[in-house]
Amino acid sequence: MIEAENVHYSYPSKVEALKGISITIKDGEFVAIMGQNGAGKSTFVKHFNGLLKPSVGTVKIDGVETTKSSVAALARNVGFVFQNPDHQLFSETVEEEISFALKNFGFEPKVIEDRVTWALNLLSLTQYRKTSPFLLSGGERKRVALASVLAWDPNTLILDEPTIGQDHEQKEKLRQFIMQLQTQKKTVVAVTHDVEFVAECNPRVVLMKEGKVVADGVGREILTDPAMLEMSSIVLPQVAQVFIKLSALGLPKDIIDLYEAKALLLKTKERLGR
Amino acid sequence: MSVFDGLKFRKVSSPIHNLDPRVKFVYVICIFVAAILFRDILPMIVLFVMQLPFVFLARVQRQWLRSLRGAAFLASFIFIINIVTTYFTKSYTLPVADVENAVAMTMRFVVLVESFSVFFLTTSPDHLGLALETSRVPYEFAFAFTTAVRFVPVLAEEAQTIMDAQKARGLELEKGGLMKRIRNYIPILIPLIVSAIRRSLELAEAMESRAWGACKKRTNLFALRLRRGDYVLIALTIIVLVVAIYTYLFLSIPTIASLIGIV
Repeated sequence: MIEAENVHYSYPSKVEALKGISITIKDGEFVAIMGQNGAGKSTFVKHFNGLLKPSVGTVKIDGVETTKSSVAALARNVGFVFQNPDHQLFSETVEEEISFALKNFGFEPKVIEDRVTWALNLLSLTQYRKTSPFLLSGGERKRVALASVLAWDPNTLILDEPTIGQDHEQKEKLRQFIMQLQTQKKTVVAVTHDVEFVAECNPRVVLMKEGKVVADGVGREILTDPAMLEMSSIVLPQVAQVFIKLSALGLPKDIIDLYEAKALLLKTKERLGR
Repeated sequence: MSVFDGLKFRKVSSPIHNLDPRVKFVYVICIFVAAILFRDILPMIVLFVMQLPFVFLARVQRQWLRSLRGAAFLASFIFIINIVTTYFTKSYTLPVADVENAVAMTMRFVVLVESFSVFFLTTSPDHLGLALETSRVPYEFAFAFTTAVRFVPVLAEEAQTIMDAQKARGLELEKGGLMKRIRNYIPILIPLIVSAIRRSLELAEAMESRAWGACKKRTNLFALRLRRGDYVLIALTIIVLVVAIYTYLFLSIPTIASLIGIV
């Protein structure tokens, strides 16, 4: 459980990035944090594993205040995958890269071996086990970075722009994987601009603007609110755009799911055909 | 990363910022030479105090203090090494003169950091490149140099992100013995170097696609011209150099101990 209460944060350069954010994320929730560049999304999620400590207010992870714990101790439960994989890859092989965190957390060699195999398999990287991560493509490097965090099986996973540079197949795998994590009651927080990805997952959406939360609710409501999204420079998901244009036909406006859309359209076609 | 902060240029206009970078550079070199020449505290104090008017005229006190604070660790390192080595080489005694010597060595380092910090804080990378060009340094090298200077803050920021990313994977920089602590920095340094190389290749491609180096002969928007302030600084430079050399050759410098009458 992540509890943020009245979190303010100012960078040493005196720029106030967060201006009083209060939000609770329960265990097993999937939350997408959206908003325009510079809204404070990344700054906010860096509070979840103690990389940043609030200037005012508190952030509690499972009831423990982040100011009272080290980043390493918090990281054991809160995995954070950074946006740019090049900011963390340094090992000679993908295998070593993935075992780095496991060694830091003091896992047994046998367990490390198993976890690495599991993580490689999960992200279809098994063939690159002995390859240098620097020889991989951008998307593959991103997966290595993700695998290196998933390997220690944290309770909460924070993903900063997870879909950038990933083809559709990998995005779909990521989505399925997030769903799978949810069945295991794991919390997932994703910072993203990828509105289509969010529409497909339909998580809880937290919309941020200029260091504040401007909307918080189910994806289906927020992603179909043109006025709200325009304020945050987000374009509506394509399905939602179509349904807003078709509302004259008596179709509902709050549709973001492709299958639901298909069913509704087929029903309407039948109705109009008659 | 505070050392880098001291080297970060901010665009302000002041009598010092407007000086010709070449003259400023010669002045800094002259201070550098003077600092290397002497091994006593007194000249170091004089050199240190001499820089202060520049700092205040340029109104860069805060950044300047920050760069000094950044240098504090290395300065104390120099001091301790000096003290420890004299202690062991002088059969476990610490003569006052040697303590003074250690202080002077530390002060020398501080003076060097101070003067370079003033130079970099008050000279824009563009000016620097211009100065190099007019000093007949080939444009490619001048450009490489200014780009390097310009990217220092970017790299510092990147280093911070990398540190965050590795800390998020359970890396504890302050854990373990000395060797372990040094090894802790490998996961920071490798990504930093790799991404710097990647960045430089990308920059090269971007520049070439914008026709970098298309014409052999380049002209500049701004030309460097010596003004009155520059002549004053040239005069000051010559005076400092002459006084320093004269003092070095013909005068004996009293130690602090003899001045306050300890010895």
